[in-house]
Amino acid sequence: MKTIFKSSLVAIGLALLMPGNAAQAQVYADSSIQLDKYLVPVTTPTAAPDAQGFLGRWLLLEPISKPNRSNTVFVDSYIREVFGVQYFKGQLGNELPKDGSKVKVTVEYQPPVNLQGGRPAFNFNEPPKYEKKDVKLQWHALDSKMPNVKLFRFATNLTEDRYGVIFWAVTVVNCEEDIPNVRLAVGSNSASMWWVNGEEAVILSGDRRRVMDDCASQRLTLKKGRNIIWGAVINGPGMSDFCCRFIDEAGKPVKNITLSTK
Amino acid sequence: MKTKNILLTGAFALVCMSAAAQVGAPYIHDPSTIVECDGKYYTFGTGGGGLISADGWVWASGAVRPGGGAAPDAIKIGDRYLVGYSATGGGLGGGHAGRILTMWNKTLDPNSPDFAYSEPIEVAHSEFDEDCDAIDIGFLMDPNGRLFCTFGTYFGNIRQVELDPKTGARLEGAKDIDVAIDCEASSMMYRDGWYYLLGTHGTCCDGANSTYNIIVGRSRSPYGPFLDNVGRDMLQGGGKMVVAAEERRFGAGHFGRYIVEPGVEKMSFHWEADLDLSGRSTLAIRPIIWNNGWPEAGEVLQDGNYKILSRRRGYALELAVDFVRTAGGMRGFFGRQDETIVVIENQKLEEVVAGWPTGVIPARANDYMARPHQKWTIEAVPEAGGYLGGPYYRILIEGTNRALAAAEGAEVVTVPEFTGADEQLWQIEQLTDGTWRIMPKAIPGCSERLCLYSVADSTPTLAKFDFNNDNAKWDIKLH
Repeated sequence: MKTIFKSSLVAIGLALLMPGNAAQAQVYADSSIQLDKYLVPVTTPTAAPDAQGFLGRWLLLEPISKPNRSNTVFVDSYIREVFGVQYFKGQLGNELPKDGSKVKVTVEYQPPVNLQGGRPAFNFNEPPKYEKKDVKLQWHALDSKMPNVKLFRFATNLTEDRYGVIFWAVTVVNCEEDIPNVRLAVGSNSASMWWVNGEEAVILSGDRRRVMDDCASQRLTLKKGRNIIWGAVINGPGMSDFCCRFIDEAGKPVKNITLSTK
Repeated sequence: MKTKNILLTGAFALVCMSAAAQVGAPYIHDPSTIVECDGKYYTFGTGGGGLISADGWVWASGAVRPGGGAAPDAIKIGDRYLVGYSATGGGLGGGHAGRILTMWNKTLDPNSPDFAYSEPIEVAHSEFDEDCDAIDIGFLMDPNGRLFCTFGTYFGNIRQVELDPKTGARLEGAKDIDVAIDCEASSMMYRDGWYYLLGTHGTCCDGANSTYNIIVGRSRSPYGPFLDNVGRDMLQGGGKMVVAAEERRFGAGHFGRYIVEPGVEKMSFHWEADLDLSGRSTLAIRPIIWNNGWPEAGEVLQDGNYKILSRRRGYALELAVDFVRTAGGMRGFFGRQDETIVVIENQKLEEVVAGWPTGVIPARANDYMARPHQKWTIEAVPEAGGYLGGPYYRILIEGTNRALAAAEGAEVVTVPEFTGADEQLWQIEQLTDGTWRIMPKAIPGCSERLCLYSVADSTPTLAKFDFNNDNAKWDIKLH
């Protein structure tokens, strides 16, 4: 907190020194990594998308360990297989988990490895040997403070699993009327799959980087009332995050919606 | 046996010429600017008559223009068509007394009950010994509604005079202005505050030995001076090349501009000789590319193996199949100094094709990695007809019969077998910035004309074309 306060003062000071609007365009680096810089607990019944239409309110499940030494394995068939596994009760269902509730999940994990000279003793040329165990993972209802939902910081602040993991996310998009011909546009690091009202909508395969509007679904209709959006993101080494919004036929963000986690 | 050979040769010639030249019977000399009338395209030539096409690709004789003479031009003004031509003297070695005439018609369709030309009226002329030969009229209607015509030939100057767009007659008080020297087949066009004067240089009317070529200069004023790209006045012989000979076609002359829509422009002209068509003079249509404010002839896409890259991000159109790793993976950055260098081959189709689904496979875009699922064979389909200046194409995964196709919901997929169905035929046109528009001939369940469009970096779809949007544009490059 002290670091954030100090950084903010520096930023404000620099902004005052900058002429015209130029200062407003600057995004100053902030080295803090506390969760509340990225994600804060939900405190209101609904939230609006941000100015660019990004969906910021999500129920996030603590990461499921799924070790992968490299992200190059994330071809279409692999991620369909991995995301086709039933990890927890209610997965892809219409009933949303409760904030703070826990689910039992069977996870894979890499047994502790011997370090030789500071490096793992396993041989990269041999297939990895993973073991399984049951764990209890908790759902968290959170609002993202930025367009990209920073899964890696969610993980680093709440659990020990940060690399080689699967994140599950779900939110409700509320519409006052049917909104036809929109697309779910997603960017994720790394691969991910997304479902709208129980139907697969978009898949991002390969070693993905988080890119705004990287992949989009086919045209779909957000129906009047509740629309359930599920997503799953897998990553090996590296940063994990995603950004997600609905766009219309002209590529403009859909903003006449609200988000909730109940 | 002899007949068989001739038939085979003829069939081969048809395939060869399919993407490079107009098909049908596109024989014409000095074609007028192409004009559309009631869904058909028309162009008139020297000597009377002209060509008609229902689609802009397959042409046949049938247009009717009385008066004979040389090198007509045509323009639509309001709901009427103004046709100009010249009654001239004896050519370069003969007399140079010429008359430029204009006449109106409500329609260009000779079968229409409204088809009737008005009495021709003279708008300009040249005397026997003056520095002008009044032939080869070219019209321009500028954005201010002013109608100009240029005329002239190698004997002296190209001249310009303003006409009355209501009557087609010479504007009262208008005087001839000299705008270029030693050209033929002049024409003007306007774009972004510039008036362009086009002329034809080189030797006319000598078949495959004609050096005819089309050049251009430009001016901020309709009256000139028209300067070329290095500042030479066209009155001093200046001019920048627009289109010259190709490998099998020679003698480009008689420029005409046709704007299809913003970002899609065509030029018409003739080849003095097309070697694939007995060396006859034929109609040519090429895209216009605007390069730094100068017009150039673009390409009609030739059959070949291509990568198709989105202008949005530069991603390559591909099948949505598993990426298959290939030789040449991570092997350390520092090889031994005495290591023998080996060449690692690209991944081959036979290494991966068995792993692909056999049914419909979605199309998507991704980093180009020179993989079989990213390599496309694009070929004209001669029997499928075409559009203004181009044939329909099929787009296949190289080495297979798997075809890109428009699908229900205005999406894009690949189907396992090319059948020739309209949704598997593609209109591929070069745009004025040199990029390409790719449009299906038909979309199941959709009557709109839509183009291949990047709705996201990795997601192609079909959507409305907008020249000012890179999502609607593609680069097509040989691989």
